[in-house]
Amino acid sequence: MERDNHQVGETEGVKICDPPCESNPPADTLATSLSLLGNHMFPDPVERNYRSTVKEEPEDSLSDITAEEESLDGDPHPHQVTKLETEETESSGCQNNVSTQQLDIENEDAATDNDRSDSGEFVVTMLAKAKLEEQGIGVKGRSSPLLEAETQEPPAFMSHRDEDVTADSWRQHRKHVFVLSEAGKPIYSRYGSEEALSSTMGVMMALVSFVQSGDNIIRSIYSDGHTVVFLQKGPLVLVCVSSSRQTEQQLRGELLYVYYQIISMLTQASISRIFEHKKNYDLRRLLAGSEKILDGLLNLVDSDPSFLLAAVHCLPIASSLRDALSQILQKAITPNLVFSILIANNQLLTIVQEKTVIEDSRLEPADVHLLLNLIGASSAFQAGEIWTPICLPLFNPDCYFYAYISYLDPPECTVCLLLLSTDKEAFYAVAECKRKIEEAMMAQNSLSLIAKVQSYSVSQVGVSDLRHFMYKPFDVPDNYRQLTQFTSPEMEAPYSSEEEKMRLLDLYRYMHSRIHSSSRPLKLIYHVAERETLLAWVTSKFELYTCFSPLVTKACAITAITKLLRWIKKEEDRLFIRNPPKYSTTPNPSKSSRGGKSDQQDSTDNGFLSLL
Amino acid sequence: MGEKLPQVQGDPQLRRDTLSRPVRTLRAKMVLLGSSGVGKSSLALRFCKDEFRNTSPTVGCAYLTQVMHLSDVTLRFEIWDTAGEEKYHSVTPLYYRGAHAALLVYDVSKRDTFIRAQVWLRELEKQYVAGSTVLWLVGNKGDLAQHRQVSVQEGQSLANDRGLLFTETSALSGDQVDKLLLAVAHRVYECVGAQQGGLSEWQETPHVDLRRRNHLFASCCKVGP
Ligand SMILES: Nc1nc2c(ncn2[C@@H]2O[C@H](COP(=O)(O)OP(=O)(O)O)[C@@H](O)[C@H]2O)c(=O)[nH]1
Ligand SMILES: [Mg+2]
Repeated sequence: MERDNHQVGETEGVKICDPPCESNPPADTLATSLSLLGNHMFPDPVERNYRSTVKEEPEDSLSDITAEEESLDGDPHPHQVTKLETEETESSGCQNNVSTQQLDIENEDAATDNDRSDSGEFVVTMLAKAKLEEQGIGVKGRSSPLLEAETQEPPAFMSHRDEDVTADSWRQHRKHVFVLSEAGKPIYSRYGSEEALSSTMGVMMALVSFVQSGDNIIRSIYSDGHTVVFLQKGPLVLVCVSSSRQTEQQLRGELLYVYYQIISMLTQASISRIFEHKKNYDLRRLLAGSEKILDGLLNLVDSDPSFLLAAVHCLPIASSLRDALSQILQKAITPNLVFSILIANNQLLTIVQEKTVIEDSRLEPADVHLLLNLIGASSAFQAGEIWTPICLPLFNPDCYFYAYISYLDPPECTVCLLLLSTDKEAFYAVAECKRKIEEAMMAQNSLSLIAKVQSYSVSQVGVSDLRHFMYKPFDVPDNYRQLTQFTSPEMEAPYSSEEEKMRLLDLYRYMHSRIHSSSRPLKLIYHVAERETLLAWVTSKFELYTCFSPLVTKACAITAITKLLRWIKKEEDRLFIRNPPKYSTTPNPSKSSRGGKSDQQDSTDNGFLSLL
Repeated sequence: MGEKLPQVQGDPQLRRDTLSRPVRTLRAKMVLLGSSGVGKSSLALRFCKDEFRNTSPTVGCAYLTQVMHLSDVTLRFEIWDTAGEEKYHSVTPLYYRGAHAALLVYDVSKRDTFIRAQVWLRELEKQYVAGSTVLWLVGNKGDLAQHRQVSVQEGQSLANDRGLLFTETSALSGDQVDKLLLAVAHRVYECVGAQQGGLSEWQETPHVDLRRRNHLFASCCKVGP
C-alpha cells in the first residue's frame, strides 16, 4: 500500500500536459522515437508528385496555387510496403515479452517469410490462416472451442459482439479495431467477440513480437486495399485494419483516442500496475460493460470531424444566451468543483472552469470528446443522476475526477449537465449545484431558449456554390488558453444521406492528410474531385476546409473564402465560446484539481490489485 | 392520505404519485449491489417507474429517488444503483456506506452471480453494524425458469444462514418487485427508523417543493425517447 502511494506520488509529479513522456518510459520512448522516424523515413510517394506553394495571404496565394486534378480514386498508398523501423537502442529489448502459446500457431511462416517486400501478403495470409483455424479447418487440425464460447455470449446490448467472425460480412467492415495486451490476450474488438478472435489477436501479437525480437517495431502494413496500423501504448497493443483511405497517421490518431478512452475508465497508472503484477491479466474483466463506450467512440470517430480536427464543436447561440448560461454555472459551485459543462444534443453550450485550473492549463479537446462520448453511450437516459469516476487522460492520465451527469429536460433528455469534481464524496454537494442551476434556468426560461437553438445552414453565409466548410481558428492572443474549437454548418443536400456524408468526410480526411503530411505539408490545396471541388487552407491563424460545387474555379473559390472569413469574423461571438468565465471553488489554492492529490491518490490506488 | 397502503400491486402509480403527504418524510438510503447484468438497473427502473426496458450497462453509479408512503410515515428512498463492474469496485463503498438497505442481487440463471453475491455479502459484513442495515438477498430473472441455475431453496437457505431476507423477483415481468420495495420500506422503518439517529428527516424548502417533486419523479422515472 505504502509503496503504491509512493509510486503515485511520483507519477503525479509529472507535468500534466505532457505526461506520457515520463510516466511510462519504455513505451513512450518507443512511441516518440517512432513518430520521429515516421517523419522523414517514409515520405508519402504520392506527395512527391505535387508542388504546392505556401502563402498566408489569400490574394498572393491565388497565383501560386497548384491545381490538383487527381481524384481520390488514385490509390494514395504504395502497395505492400511494410514499415519496419529500427528503434533507438535505449528502448530495445524492453518490450520483448512474447506470448508463446499463440506464436507457435504460425511460427513456420514467420520464420520463413521475412522478406520485407512481401510482408503485406504475409500478415494478410497470417490473418487469413488465423481465421481458418477458427473455422475448425485449421492447418494443424485444431478444433475451435472459441466458436462455442462465442455462441454462449448473451445477446443483450452488444449487437456487434455476436457477429460471426468467419463471415464475409465481418471481413468487409471498413475499419476494424482490436486491442490486446502484450501477452496477446484479447481486450477489445470492434466487431465480433474477443473470444472468437483470440487467435487472430494472437497472430497480431506474434507479428508485433516477431518484429520486436529483431529490435524493430512494426508500425503498419499496406496491402491491396487494406492498411494495418499498430500502436503500442504501455502494456497495450492497438491495431486498426482499415479499408478506408485514411492515412496511417490519421488511423494512428484514432487508435490513440481508443487508448485514451480506456485510460479514461481505468487510468494509466492502474493499467501499468495491473500488468506489472500479472502479465497475462484479462483486462476485459475491468472493461466489462464498457465495450459500448468504445463502440460509440469508434462510430463517432468515423462520423464526427471533431476527432480529425482535434477541436470541439460548440452549438452556435447568441452570445447573450451563452453568457447567461455561463453565469448560471459560475454561480452554482461547491468546493472541489473544477469544470461545469452544459451540453445540448451532444454539443457544447458552455464550459466554465475553476480559476486555478485554467491558469495552468486548459481542457484538451480530446478530453472533451471522451466526456461527450461517455455521455452519449451511458445509460443516463434511464437513471436519475450519474456519479462516476472518470479520468481525463490529457489532463492527467493517472487521476480520477468524479463526474456528475444529469439531464435537465426530461423526458426529452437533450440538455445535459456535467459537473466534474475532484472529491469523490461530493455527490450531494454537486447534486445541490445542479438544483441551483435548474432553478436559475427555470427562472430565465433557459430550456426553451436552448430548445430553439439549431445548427446553422451554409446558406446563411450567402456565398453561392459553397456547400460546406469546417473552420478551426488557432490560438490567437485573444483566445489564448481556450478550448480549441471549430465551426461547421449542418451537412445539407447533397450530403444528406449517410453515405454522402461519409464521402464528404472522406474527402476532408484526404485534404487533411495532405495539409498535415509529415513529409510534405501543404498550406493550400485546390482539389477537383469527381462531384465537388474542395479547397483547404492553413495559415498561422486558422485551418479551413471548404467544399464547393464542382465547377467552381480557383479564383471564385478564393473570393468565396474571403467572404466566408468575413462572415465568420462577424458571427464569431455566436459560433464560438469566446470568453468562458472562471470561478473559484478552492479555498486552499494549493489543492487545485491537479493538486487534489489526496483524493486522487486514493482513487488511483483503487483496489484493482486486490482483485488480481 | 397516509391511510393504509394498498396491499395489491394493482395501481402503484396512484400510491406513489399521490401529492399529499403525511407529516413526516424520512430519508432512507438503499443500495443495489451485485454482478453486472443481473438486473439491478432494471429493478431500479421498476421501483421508480414500474416499467421494463432494455438498459445499457450503468456507468459508475446511478442515483434515483422514490417516495414510499407507509401508514404513518413517508420514506424517501435514495436508491444507489451501482455498476457491478470491477473497475468501479474502488468507489462502491461510497455508495453502500451508511445505507439503510442493501439489496444483494443475483441472476437465478447464472450461478457465478450467486457466488459473487456472497462475495459482496462478505464485503458488506465487514462494514455492517447490526440493526443499521437491512440486508436483502434478491434472486432476479425469476422468469427464466428454463435456464435456472440457482434454486429457490439455495437462495433461501443462504439467506437463512446469514440472517438475510430473501425474495425472488423478475424485473422483466414485474413479479414481486413492488412487494419487495414495500417490504424493504416496512423493514427499514421498523428496524432502523425507530432507532436513535436511524433515519433523518427529509427537509426541503417549501416553495421549491412542488417543482422539485415533479423533477424527482420526472428524472427518476425517466424513459428515453
Ligand atoms: N429475463 C429477464 N431479463 C432481465 C431481468 N432483469 C433484467 N434483465 C435483463 O438483463 C440485462 C441486464 O440488466 P441490467 O438492469 O442492466 O443489469 P445491471 O447491470 O445489474 O444493472 C438487460 O438486458 C435486462 O433487460 C429479468 O427479470 N428477467
Ligand atoms: Mg446497471
